[in-house]
Amino acid sequence: MTSLYPLIKNETLKMLKKKRFLVVVLILLVLIPIFTYAQMKVAQNLKKQFGTEDWRVTTQQQIIDYTNSLSSNRVPEEWKKWRKVQVELLQYSLDHNINPADPNGVTFARDFMKNAVGLFIPLLVAVLASDIVSSEHSTGTIKLLLTRPVARWRVLMSKLVTLVLFTSLIVLATGVLSYLISGFVFGFRGWTVPVLTGFRLNGADVDFSRVHAVPQWLYLFMEFGLAWFSCLAVACLSLMVSVIVRSTAAGMGIMLAALIAGTILSNMVSTWESAKYLFMVNLETVDYLTGTLPPIPGQTLPFSLAVLAVWALAGLTVAFTVFTRKDVLH
Amino acid sequence: MSAPSDAVLSVRNVTKVIRGREIIKGISFEVYAGEVFGFLGPNGAGKTTTIRMLVDLIKPTSGTIEVGGVDVHRNHNQAMKQVGCIVENPELYSYLTGWENLEHFGRMIPGVTRERIREAAEIVGMDKRIHDKVKTYSLGMRQRLGIAQALLGRPRLLILDEPTNGLDPQGIKEMRRFIRRLAEAGLSVFVSSHLLSEIQLMCDRVAIISQGRVLAVGRVEELLEQLGQRVVWTLSSEGGRDLLASHPGVAILPGTRQPGDGEPENGRFHVSAKMNPDLVPALNSLLVKAGIGVYSIEMKNPSLEDLFLSLTEGEHID
Repeated sequence: MTSLYPLIKNETLKMLKKKRFLVVVLILLVLIPIFTYAQMKVAQNLKKQFGTEDWRVTTQQQIIDYTNSLSSNRVPEEWKKWRKVQVELLQYSLDHNINPADPNGVTFARDFMKNAVGLFIPLLVAVLASDIVSSEHSTGTIKLLLTRPVARWRVLMSKLVTLVLFTSLIVLATGVLSYLISGFVFGFRGWTVPVLTGFRLNGADVDFSRVHAVPQWLYLFMEFGLAWFSCLAVACLSLMVSVIVRSTAAGMGIMLAALIAGTILSNMVSTWESAKYLFMVNLETVDYLTGTLPPIPGQTLPFSLAVLAVWALAGLTVAFTVFTRKDVLH
Repeated sequence: MSAPSDAVLSVRNVTKVIRGREIIKGISFEVYAGEVFGFLGPNGAGKTTTIRMLVDLIKPTSGTIEVGGVDVHRNHNQAMKQVGCIVENPELYSYLTGWENLEHFGRMIPGVTRERIREAAEIVGMDKRIHDKVKTYSLGMRQRLGIAQALLGRPRLLILDEPTNGLDPQGIKEMRRFIRRLAEAGLSVFVSSHLLSEIQLMCDRVAIISQGRVLAVGRVEELLEQLGQRVVWTLSSEGGRDLLASHPGVAILPGTRQPGDGEPENGRFHVSAKMNPDLVPALNSLLVKAGIGVYSIEMKNPSLEDLFLSLTEGEHID
């Protein structure tokens, strides 16, 4: 019985030699500087608007305003807690002399992943994943792969493990590249800056009572963890499509259509509640950290993670069943 | 655990139904150790479907296929350890080098060392360009690399689907010699082809398949003997055909039509007949007595083509 390790080595080798991963890294290398430039323009624009004002003065004023509102009786208790945390945050920026409006490498990486997790990164994963089985069919090498003394499920398992590996690499590369590239422009500081999180969604309302500040490195870690989970779900589903659809182009088309449909649906289906069970409207897991209202009422972080997990497991079940049973006719 | 009479591959009553159509209609045959076994049939006869079942790419609808006494579907790993194969074209990873391809498939078979990979490359004479990318290879080289890949695990049975397809005459000759050499070294080689001459030149035994059925299995010479000898008469009048046909032990072959066969050509008629050559003098004198001139009498050794045509009753083959 061959162990799984040499099979994974084979798949990794093929993935690298096919240069698909290189293409993904190149895409990131081209796009991240563009986004960095855009971010820089935004920052410059802000500076122009408040050019004459010292940010320390405005921040100080904000702290005073918030503190005053805390003593008012008309402000609900929940709001007071929220304000208190905000005051702490502003005080931190004053103490450490960090303008909260100024971008840095870490905030850029954070914002980039938040915006990319819904569509951009899943697209890269789909590009990498959708030919992992179908290409073996189109080149005919599947016939050699499946006539070795290796069980079929092991062949697919090695492909799955390789896919998980490269999905993780994509998420990691996105983080590292966006930090490094934007860091050259905005500076590499910002790891310890506090960031607000702990928002809870209560139906259509955001519950601020548990909001607290965490250092930005920890926030980044949580954010990338969630993004990684979303990407894994996309990878599993791409694997299923790759097993079922023998044409790589068609398989990629299906995945892209599904992912893009997700972003369109998110913008229009707030009234169609059962749409929340679709995997593609649950990919924006990072939004739960920032307290953004979900596209469909009833979605919460555990709900989205559960939906993604169920879809991923169902996808894997179909993939393994079809792959191990189906006749290789062409 | 080897089946009786040393069968390396035994196929018993195998059928395959694909989308409600019975593609393979109950075939049986055996391949013995150290022989080259030909699998002959026209395109679309079910050769490739059968080969795919032999290597567990397709599951038979009924019947069993065993390699060295091990069922290929129920015991995939044990069976496939003994088999090397090329199904249809020698498709390898074109973005890898020949060596990387061999390493890739070597990793999937227990006990394949670097030394063995080098050996396999040498056997097929690929050692010079083994480190070039496969996309730069000619078809002949891909074919050889495919065979090197198939030999990696020291199989008992080598399955080659149309191994001479697309090769130039020189390449075909080399391939034939190569396959014979492998068989002499004790390997059983299963070769499919739609070319009769191919099979006749390199195989010890043959199975003839048409429309999903095996029409005949046996040693090539035995099958040809069964067919009997063929005699082509060139006569001066058409009346000779009826005279020959009326004689016991003579069968006129309408299927084996050759250019001018049975048609008048400068006033001469060709008649080909299946008969014992011992009858020729007696028939000759009969014809002469009847006033029919005999221009020539040709003894034709039967070819596999004749056999095929007599079995399939004129179904087209190229």
